[in-house]
Amino acid sequence: MNLIILSAVWGLIMMYGGVVSKRKSTPKILAIVGISILLITNLLEYYNLFAIHVDVKGMLKFTPFGLVFNSIVLLSMLFYFLLSTEDFDKVGAYPSEYYALIFFVLCGIGLASSFDTLLMLFLGIEIISIPLYILAGSDKKNLKSNEASLKYFLMGSFSTGVMLMGIAFLYGATGTFYIDAMNLGTGHLQPMVAIGIVLLMIALAFKVSAAPFHFWTPDVYDGSPTVFTSFMATIVKVGGFVAFLRLFDNAFGKMQSEWQTLIAIITAATLLIGNVTAVFQQSVKRMLAYSSIAQAGFMMFAIFALNTFAREGLILYSAAYCIATIGIFAILAKMKDYTFEGFNGLAKSHPALAFMNTVFLLSLAGIPLTAGFFSKYYMLIGAVKNGNQIWLVVFAVLMAAVSAYYYFRVIQAMYFREGNAEVAPVSGRFQTILAVATILVIILGIFPSLLTDLLYY
Amino acid sequence: MSINNYIFLASALFSIGVIGVLTRRNAIIIFMCVELMLNAVNLLLVAFSKMHYLTASVIDHTTKAGTDGQIFVFFIMVVAAAEVSVGLAIIVMMYRNIHSVDVNFLNRLKH
Repeated sequence: MNLIILSAVWGLIMMYGGVVSKRKSTPKILAIVGISILLITNLLEYYNLFAIHVDVKGMLKFTPFGLVFNSIVLLSMLFYFLLSTEDFDKVGAYPSEYYALIFFVLCGIGLASSFDTLLMLFLGIEIISIPLYILAGSDKKNLKSNEASLKYFLMGSFSTGVMLMGIAFLYGATGTFYIDAMNLGTGHLQPMVAIGIVLLMIALAFKVSAAPFHFWTPDVYDGSPTVFTSFMATIVKVGGFVAFLRLFDNAFGKMQSEWQTLIAIITAATLLIGNVTAVFQQSVKRMLAYSSIAQAGFMMFAIFALNTFAREGLILYSAAYCIATIGIFAILAKMKDYTFEGFNGLAKSHPALAFMNTVFLLSLAGIPLTAGFFSKYYMLIGAVKNGNQIWLVVFAVLMAAVSAYYYFRVIQAMYFREGNAEVAPVSGRFQTILAVATILVIILGIFPSLLTDLLYY
Repeated sequence: MSINNYIFLASALFSIGVIGVLTRRNAIIIFMCVELMLNAVNLLLVAFSKMHYLTASVIDHTTKAGTDGQIFVFFIMVVAAAEVSVGLAIIVMMYRNIHSVDVNFLNRLKH
């Protein structure tokens, strides 16, 4: 509850802070203070020390899983703000508006990680989406940004319509929006429930950009300003996944055998399309867009398996994926040239940046001793324990091998190619924060239980 | 009237909306089709709400079953209004830059 209320309030403070103070540093400081307050209050709520109580009539339920997930999101947001406040100023003249919109998105993520009725699921997904349409188009004079924004908006509102139709059919079949009261999974599958589940699956696959509903992703991620691409590809994507997992775990978990094959097909298609298309990209930004589709394929395993490993795995995956991707995007935003050639010889001119970028890329590829290895391991072991469709696990391992190719292309460009990579001046503070993120990725890669044990407090 | 008629009408409206989104190239018309989809859902929710009320009121005359469906419709209306305000602003922004609302124009920018 703390996250939902305080992020909405802080969004308003950010918005009017831009009116009251004209100093350029005010929104930055306000944003970092705000995210720290959200992180601390969320952790306090986790330890039952300080929690705002509102009677929500059982519409929201705050579980350790949701609170740990919120903490991971907020920690990644803290890294994100510390690393990219300078890039906010480059996008437009009024950065405090962007901060305000981002805080509103966090409010939506708070709803998505704790909903217990379909109404709150709908509101959470919409509160996440609507500010993002604006953020994607925030570079108003740039046609690519316009395209990204319009495409995202049309696809997003389309998928909202599909999701609502699914909710309406479920309501027709069960007579309630409450997930606990729905009591699905007894007796044979009614046609209206089947239609509802399939439509909800399509809509949520749109939101998390799983194939075959991924086609908007590369254009939107490529066209949006880099600093907002970083936000969309990490925080928002894992927010969508936690809603996906909660819905399919709590509401449709008992009838898993009915829809598991469909999820398996979506997972396989996402892994295949994301990884294979990423190999052929020339721009690192576009490659990261496809890589985010590929990583979504691995996160789909959580919904496929629906067991303890899947839940722990999703928590671990969100942390590993968010921190590493935010780090790579922060370095990318400093580069002049976004193609692979732009990274040539980075190791000579900026050895520290190149090393940290390498650790993040290795983590995304899932090399041992980085957080990415254990997160992929948990996902796959969850699918093995589940026992159905073992071919999917083999396929995922093969695809992880393919993914190593395009991640190593960046590393090869940085270390083994001649050239002078042009980098905008980086401050010592920037490098220190990146170093903290790097250490975190390595620590999580050695002791993943630090994070997963939190679920059983 | 049977509930099947309402389901049929709402599904038809929804399908018209989906087909419109997939085939039309004018951003405003696509947007109208999305609104049509949302309104088909509203119609269906109200019909289901009445259906659940009627089935429950046979047993208990003072039942409140079905009210949540109608409340959901209000939430959809509010969210749709928010989406309209953002969406039209995006379309106007695009029109200012390229003096057209044709979606095909944007695809030419792909590299």
